[in-house]
Amino acid sequence: MSTFLLILITGLGLGALYFLVASGLSLIYGLMGVLNFAHGAFLTIGAFTGLWVSTKVFPNPTTWTFIAAMIAGGITAGLFALLMEQLVINRLYNRHIDQALVTVGVSLVATALLGGWFGFDARFLPTPLWFMKAVTIGDAIIPIDRFIYIGVSAILLIAMLSILKFTRIGLIIRAGVENRSMVTALGINVRMAFSTVFFIGGFAAGVGGVLISVFSYGVSPLMGGSWLIYGFIVVVVGGMGSVAGSAIAAMLIGVTNQFANYYVPGLGDFVVVIILAAVLLTKPSGLLGKVSH
Amino acid sequence: MSSLEVKDLHVTINGSHILQGVNFFVPENKVTALLGRNGVGKSTTLKAIMGLNPGTGTIKFGGTEIVAMPTHKIVQMGLGYVPEDREIFASLTVKENLALAERDEKPNYELVYSLFPELLTRTGQRAGTLSGGQQQMVAIARALLNKNKILLIDEPTKGLAPKLVTEVANALAHVADHSTMLIVEQNLALVKAIAQNIIVMDQGKVVFEGGPENLQDDSFVKSMLGVSGGHK
Repeated sequence: MSTFLLILITGLGLGALYFLVASGLSLIYGLMGVLNFAHGAFLTIGAFTGLWVSTKVFPNPTTWTFIAAMIAGGITAGLFALLMEQLVINRLYNRHIDQALVTVGVSLVATALLGGWFGFDARFLPTPLWFMKAVTIGDAIIPIDRFIYIGVSAILLIAMLSILKFTRIGLIIRAGVENRSMVTALGINVRMAFSTVFFIGGFAAGVGGVLISVFSYGVSPLMGGSWLIYGFIVVVVGGMGSVAGSAIAAMLIGVTNQFANYYVPGLGDFVVVIILAAVLLTKPSGLLGKVSH
Repeated sequence: MSSLEVKDLHVTINGSHILQGVNFFVPENKVTALLGRNGVGKSTTLKAIMGLNPGTGTIKFGGTEIVAMPTHKIVQMGLGYVPEDREIFASLTVKENLALAERDEKPNYELVYSLFPELLTRTGQRAGTLSGGQQQMVAIARALLNKNKILLIDEPTKGLAPKLVTEVANALAHVADHSTMLIVEQNLALVKAIAQNIIVMDQGKVVFEGGPENLQDDSFVKSMLGVSGGHK
């Protein structure tokens, strides 16, 4: 029972990190049809910003400095995403292949620049000491950082769903995911929604980058690439354009991955691919997919 | 000024030259019906006016050139659009569908709910779960919420049960009394009831312009519409 609980909560923690990467990807593709290969760069930029805040701005790690690192990472990545959308994506409106290619280019450039500046070795991101502790639930001893990943993701999930549900820009985004041209035919400048979605997606990825640095024991310019692949898998399984779908898929994949790896070490990734194939074969639109374009 | 003037409008989609120099004029405060058999380019014409299908030529709305203008700006000038397949947002509620269409400071919900009282009882229902007729009501209601200078309505009674056709027709007749309207419609009874002008298209061109009396008197018009009794 204790092992089951440990694997379950570790899987949920991993799923929470997947969600932070995937939620923005899903909204960006859902609304704009852009396969954003630069999303991993958002994550990496967020992580490096978090590292800078945690080592240079507030060198003595506390709970508050870590929160500041997450917020700074999120805002920097969000602004970078917004800048990319305004300078590059916006000029390639409706040219989806060109948009995808240019995001690959942005990703490569960002990785090379960060590598040239900081080197490619992983750097440790300082955290408060209590992050290293564990809590006992029943017989299970569970590292406390898992709960932080889950908690932060839950807060961002609620915030995103609230924006989508209760604000006008959220209404425009939800409608745009379903039928973008009809939104414009109602007199709405849908590009405002594009910018919002890029910022939100970048923010979530940036916060995710800081947390992933803790999970992976370091910040590296190469960290975005591997997590981006899982982000895409979560988006496809959850359904393009659905934040809730991304959350469910992320948890499913995180938990399944951990259980598979426990029983047969190394099997986790294979099982994730099986889930992906099963969803593509039985429900190609994903668990909660909404995109019609 | 709410007149609409289309001159030498060409639209090519995926290599097919759909509109081949369309010319017509929609006068102010009158209802103009755009008629023709399936596939002659009626819906494409409306979409081109809305900026949803890129075209070349001249489209002047109230004297302002709107070709190549972004769709949302065209709408903000006062063009309301009801698309052929309703295109309501299925995952949004009726209330959200209507809220999304709000542009005026005081949207005219009174008019919408007086024409379609059924919608008032379904504000919280997801639009995707409505019947076809109710979805059409939502689509028309979105265009009526704001004070538009002209309404472009594409086949509003398509696929509706006879009872709903009457309800939608009555609503359009009410709106037609004080609006400029360009309507694509296959239901000739409705056209005769509300239109003052008819435009007939064939193979991407306008082939006839005149009054609705020609629908029963002119054998050429009848043949173009595939109405029995027309010459071959």
